[in-house]
Amino acid sequence: MLVYMIRRFGQSLFAIAAMALLVFVGVYAIGNPVDILISPEATELDREAQIIRLGLDKPLWEQFLLYVVNVARGDLGNSFVYGTPALTLILQRLPATLELALVALAISVFLGVPLGVIAGLRPDTAAGRSIMAGSILGFSLPNFWQGMMLILIFAVILGWLPAGGRGTTADVLGLQLSIFTRDGLAHLILPAINLALFKLSLVIRLARAATREVALQDYVKFARAKGLSERRIVLVHILKTIMIPITTVLGLELASMIAFGIVTETVFSWPGMGKLLIDSIELLDRPVIVAYLMLTVFMIVMINLVVDVLYAVLDPRINLKDVTT
Amino acid sequence: MTAHAKTLRARRIAIAAVALAGFAAPAAEAKDLTIGVSAEASSIDPHFHALTPNIQVRWNTFESLVGQDATQKVQPALAEKWEAIDDTSWRFHLRKDVKFSNGTPFTARDVIYSVCRIPLVKDSPSPFTVYTKPIVDMKAEDDTTLLIKTVSPDPLLPVELAQVGIVSASALGTTSPITFGREGCEGLGTVPQAPEFNKPEIAIGTGPYKLVSYTRGDRIILERNDAYWGGKPQWDKVIIRPVTSDAPRVAALLAGDVDLIENPPSQDLDRIKKGGFKVVSGLSNRLIYLHMDQEGDAPSLTSPTGKNPFLDPKVRAAISKAINRKGIVERIMGGVAQAAGELLPYPMFGTLNREPETYDPEGAKKLMVEAGYPEGFEVVLGTPNDRYVNDEKIAQAVAQMLARIGIKVKVEAATASQFFSKRNKQEYPFYLSGWSAATGDTSSPLVTLVATFDKANGRGTTNAGRYSNPKMDALVIEAMRTIDDAKRAELLKQAQTVVLDDHGILPLHFEVTSWAFKPEFDYTPRTDQYTFAFEVKSAGSAPAK
Repeated sequence: MLVYMIRRFGQSLFAIAAMALLVFVGVYAIGNPVDILISPEATELDREAQIIRLGLDKPLWEQFLLYVVNVARGDLGNSFVYGTPALTLILQRLPATLELALVALAISVFLGVPLGVIAGLRPDTAAGRSIMAGSILGFSLPNFWQGMMLILIFAVILGWLPAGGRGTTADVLGLQLSIFTRDGLAHLILPAINLALFKLSLVIRLARAATREVALQDYVKFARAKGLSERRIVLVHILKTIMIPITTVLGLELASMIAFGIVTETVFSWPGMGKLLIDSIELLDRPVIVAYLMLTVFMIVMINLVVDVLYAVLDPRINLKDVTT
Repeated sequence: MTAHAKTLRARRIAIAAVALAGFAAPAAEAKDLTIGVSAEASSIDPHFHALTPNIQVRWNTFESLVGQDATQKVQPALAEKWEAIDDTSWRFHLRKDVKFSNGTPFTARDVIYSVCRIPLVKDSPSPFTVYTKPIVDMKAEDDTTLLIKTVSPDPLLPVELAQVGIVSASALGTTSPITFGREGCEGLGTVPQAPEFNKPEIAIGTGPYKLVSYTRGDRIILERNDAYWGGKPQWDKVIIRPVTSDAPRVAALLAGDVDLIENPPSQDLDRIKKGGFKVVSGLSNRLIYLHMDQEGDAPSLTSPTGKNPFLDPKVRAAISKAINRKGIVERIMGGVAQAAGELLPYPMFGTLNREPETYDPEGAKKLMVEAGYPEGFEVVLGTPNDRYVNDEKIAQAVAQMLARIGIKVKVEAATASQFFSKRNKQEYPFYLSGWSAATGDTSSPLVTLVATFDKANGRGTTNAGRYSNPKMDALVIEAMRTIDDAKRAELLKQAQTVVLDDHGILPLHFEVTSWAFKPEFDYTPRTDQYTFAFEVKSAGSAPAK
């Protein structure tokens, strides 16, 4: 187990380094951030002073080397736009995004798995068919359109929920969380639904396919023959088996919800990390972009590690020592 | 007790409760204002970033000596009056009995501190030093009189001071006397940096609202400053929420989440009006223009004669005549723009009230033949696609109009960051851009867009085509040294006439800015496109001062 963990860490470091190099080169190739940031009233001399201040006058390889040395010391650079450390900026916005992503995850799991199992156990009933039809809509309609429709229906026409932004937050263990206030929940519902819809459809279809496959297995037939209640068969035997593929997919999807919930965060003006990323790209705020993407790679790798460990818990046949990749 | 009596008692209690609730109803109605803005302020520090979203937030809390009215003409703010004593000296008479929001008095020392702090702000992406550089000395003759000396005659000193927010020297940690020095002032102590300004005890200003909290990405909350010198501010609380995406911002207004929004997209204006909201529009100081390469070796420009056709004034005139500006305004901008004949809309300072060039495609074709290009030529037109209203569409329209006189234009649209980089590296022989005159007068576009590129003297910074007209340069340089307003306006008008007659720059139109809000509010449009919370009034009340 320990060797396995160490090997995984090593691989993740390599992935993070590769990402940093790619982003560095990519952002450099797009354009000069000074042209966007500096006041148009500034003179050519001011412009050149800014270029030197940001270190953009040095050749690219020298900038990258300097960056690597700083990262080794824990300094991921200062934002070109805000002047504050890039990592601080990102971590400040992390609680908001995590809140949203976790609520969306909860919705997709606690709603998606039961619906998928129902559709799988009773595929030819009206309920089963309508669930499947609904799931098709969930992943074919564009994310931003779904978001706009939610705002239009629930905020503009019905006026039940606010149109965007984050509600009042409560201080919980040093973090500002809005999930514990009533106003916060009201603001959280629509963006969480929007973020969850795609994953929900995915989970429903996965759960249905897996249920249909597992329900035909010998051990389920044996359990029925033994006289176990239907409830026990579904909740214990079928559910545990289908959770393996669902966990894999959800692991990846959770990481992408956290890192790339950009569309939802923009449509609902949710002050999260995704919005920070898109704003930084538009302003060519390179330190923030690089720090963000490195953090994303790190997160995805960690989440996948957790998923792999969960496998061993869910399926006793899996022995991590033997896994080579 | 019988069931009937119980019901009766319950009913009486219920009625009593409702009545009491009615009495306990709101003691004083809190009048709050929530604004949805289209871009987020990067800091509360008034000296950190010279950018529109920061400037329009800071004026609520930090004022300047000089203000600018809705057409950007200078007006008194913290300074009651000022005069130029000679070409390089000015005396400013500060308003008496003004207090900061924490009760301490506002004096000339705070002004000196503010100007001294600006060069010391670290990591500023767009420093305010561009406005304080001309100042060579400052002396407080007494608490409310300030003498300022400039390095050379600077008629725009009042306008430059309008960009400098005044902070409280004592709130920022210094109690010693302050002496101004061009290379560095004395008595400043440790100057707090931008992130400190997110704390209300540092963000102390003289303005009508004071900072309560700043949550990046979410909202800025301000509350009324009861010690404000200009009378009781109208709102109890001001909440500024950035909603950067257009459609959600409109949705926020329609849902009632915000009271006022800026920059609603023009296609939504009808929907907003039908929803019972009010829309006001006004001309802005932003000009959309075309610039042509004047250096001779234009890349991506194929000319049958081998020479750069833009060097011939007849070709430039032909291009100007071939563009149907009114058509662009009506069809592409939906009427939300005004065709331009000069660099700023009349009656801003230094404008001529000159008509836009008449649309004359036949005359244009004749000029092309006279110039020796009967078959036209090929050229690339660079444009951003996400910076100005309908920028790419305007470029496409221009391309089609020029095709009729034989010029084959290929439009290259790029996202703002890429476009500006390429433009400033002179990679476009022909480009579309916009310019906002922060000074509110025509010297700004003349000096930056069409004056000969002169790095040492800071001219022609955005003159990527490198247009150069010595006659116009002389007029502009003279104007920048003339303190007398009337004489300066005349020189600027002459300079404009020279460059427009020579077609050194082709103005297309001025953008019109719109604001949408609930019917119980009112807002006067500003040419600088700022949305000032303190200028939002209740409908039917007296207009802003």
